[in-house]
Amino acid sequence: MTAETIQSLRQMAARMRLAALDLALGAGRNGAHLGPAMSCMEIMAALYGRVLRLDKNNPSWNDRDRFLASKAHCVLAHYAALAEVGFISREELATFEKNGTRLAGHPAMNPDLGLEYSGGSLGLAIGVAIGMAVDAKRKGRANRVFVLSGDGELDEGSNWEGFMAAPHLKLDNLVVIVDKNKLQYDGPTEEIMALGDLAAKMRSFNWQTSEIDGHDLDQLVAALDSRPEGRPRAIIAHTVKGKGVSFMENVREWHHSTLTQAQYDQAVKEVKEAAAL
Amino acid sequence: MMEINPKNARLLSMLGQRGSIFGVALPEIAGERDELMVLTADLALLSGLGKFQTQHPDKLLNLGIAEQNMLGVASGLAKEGGCVFVTTYATFLTMRAYEQIRDNLGYMKFNVKLVGASAGTAMGMSGNTHYAIEDLTLMRVIPNMTVLSPADAGEALKMAYAVCDLDGPVYIRLTGGLNCPVVHKKEYEFKIGRAELLTEGGDLALIAAGTMVAEGLKAAELLKERGLEVTVVNMATIKPLDADTLNRVFAAHKAVVTVEEHSRLGGLGGAVAEYKSALKSSPPMLMLGLPDAFTRADEQPFLLEQAGLTAPRLADSVEKFFNEVK
Repeated sequence: MTAETIQSLRQMAARMRLAALDLALGAGRNGAHLGPAMSCMEIMAALYGRVLRLDKNNPSWNDRDRFLASKAHCVLAHYAALAEVGFISREELATFEKNGTRLAGHPAMNPDLGLEYSGGSLGLAIGVAIGMAVDAKRKGRANRVFVLSGDGELDEGSNWEGFMAAPHLKLDNLVVIVDKNKLQYDGPTEEIMALGDLAAKMRSFNWQTSEIDGHDLDQLVAALDSRPEGRPRAIIAHTVKGKGVSFMENVREWHHSTLTQAQYDQAVKEVKEAAAL
Repeated sequence: MMEINPKNARLLSMLGQRGSIFGVALPEIAGERDELMVLTADLALLSGLGKFQTQHPDKLLNLGIAEQNMLGVASGLAKEGGCVFVTTYATFLTMRAYEQIRDNLGYMKFNVKLVGASAGTAMGMSGNTHYAIEDLTLMRVIPNMTVLSPADAGEALKMAYAVCDLDGPVYIRLTGGLNCPVVHKKEYEFKIGRAELLTEGGDLALIAAGTMVAEGLKAAELLKERGLEVTVVNMATIKPLDADTLNRVFAAHKAVVTVEEHSRLGGLGGAVAEYKSALKSSPPMLMLGLPDAFTRADEQPFLLEQAGLTAPRLADSVEKFFNEVK
């Protein structure tokens, strides 16, 4: 992959951060999930900017790659990415969390907008993704199914039922990316419910597993492009919750919060400076 | 589809409602429909799926004892165009995976057919963990769900075909075990959303579902000897309720009794009561069913007797109620 590609994905992630800040400011007192969106901006940029095979002119294209946001509270990053690739218009993006909108605080399934699944309740997407991956295998389609999970979300036992089933079913067309930002609502994941050595756990479940820096686009694209044979792929992406805005980074309260104008101005300045926009 | 006649009705009765769906209907349907899939949670053999497994191994997925994941996988397959049957015991199917059912089947309307086996007290000595006495309530309050409960094995067979032509989530509540009573001895048309009047009498209407239809018919015979004319309604579709038939039944009778092998709270009786509450006038109604309690584990006939759900006890309750309100 060329340096230009990486630079372009970096710029895309920065624009998505700015869009997320706009949406959060626009949501006013409703507030928004900024922290968990900021941690996965590079993951989303790699997916939507480079990896996922989609056709915005034919959103229900049968051979498209499927992406399910299991950590649906990544919604600001998800909507921003869909706007970047033309599934959501800039005008529609501005309706986020306004009455009558199609863009709620958690995504509601809408094929035209590229939203495959109605998320919000954690731990439910993995099973659906397995079903979709089984279907692709049965019908001989080459598409892959991607799931973005949170690390806090892995407290839910339904994930582990799926983690056991996917290798059993030899689903090498399934990729789970864990946005491991190490914070959940009440505090650090290791204090609330320790995940321990997640990579070892996934390997013991027979997933082809790699650990990467989830803000490094080189590593992300390489990991997402890699296709194991005969078993599913787990990418544990080490990230920083609130990444890109100094006062949000690793701060629990930014999981879901309201943004003041002054905070917005400061955040925009930091994101622009970092990306030289 | 196998024709309903006295001989076939007997055969299907021996197989029970579950055996009729998984051993007779689905092997045939799978031969005709590419999109059909059957998912089970380590109950393939018990569900009578042996023949299906032999004939259509590529259409059967056994996902182990993990109902939540099974519902997720079914949803993913349905999202991609599948017509997916999912089965295990009614209690585990409807309760362990309730949120998957609500979000994936209700909210996202995925085309999954839930077949809950051994609902009510059919599991006898296995006890309360294996009884499903709340499943009708739980399933019918989820938006977009269709909720069915066949009166006999032949009707279960017909339902399996009918739900394949319906694009949307369905819960089929199976009651009774092997050798279940026969209600239909000759061919008839089953239609989702249409109640069936099995007998017509001018005094009282007995609205029943599942095992209680056969029991209700026997009770109606007993009551006839005592001079009470009873209309027995087979309410095989609990949702959507057949409002037209209910309107006619309410207009033509002095009293109504609902009966189900399910908690008295929120099931068939609850559904009829909700509908009735919005009417200007309607006859008095009694709701019979299992008590709002976890009972001691006993054999099913003993439990039904205790709950007043055998024909002689039903007849007594119905007669007493009729005499109070007529």
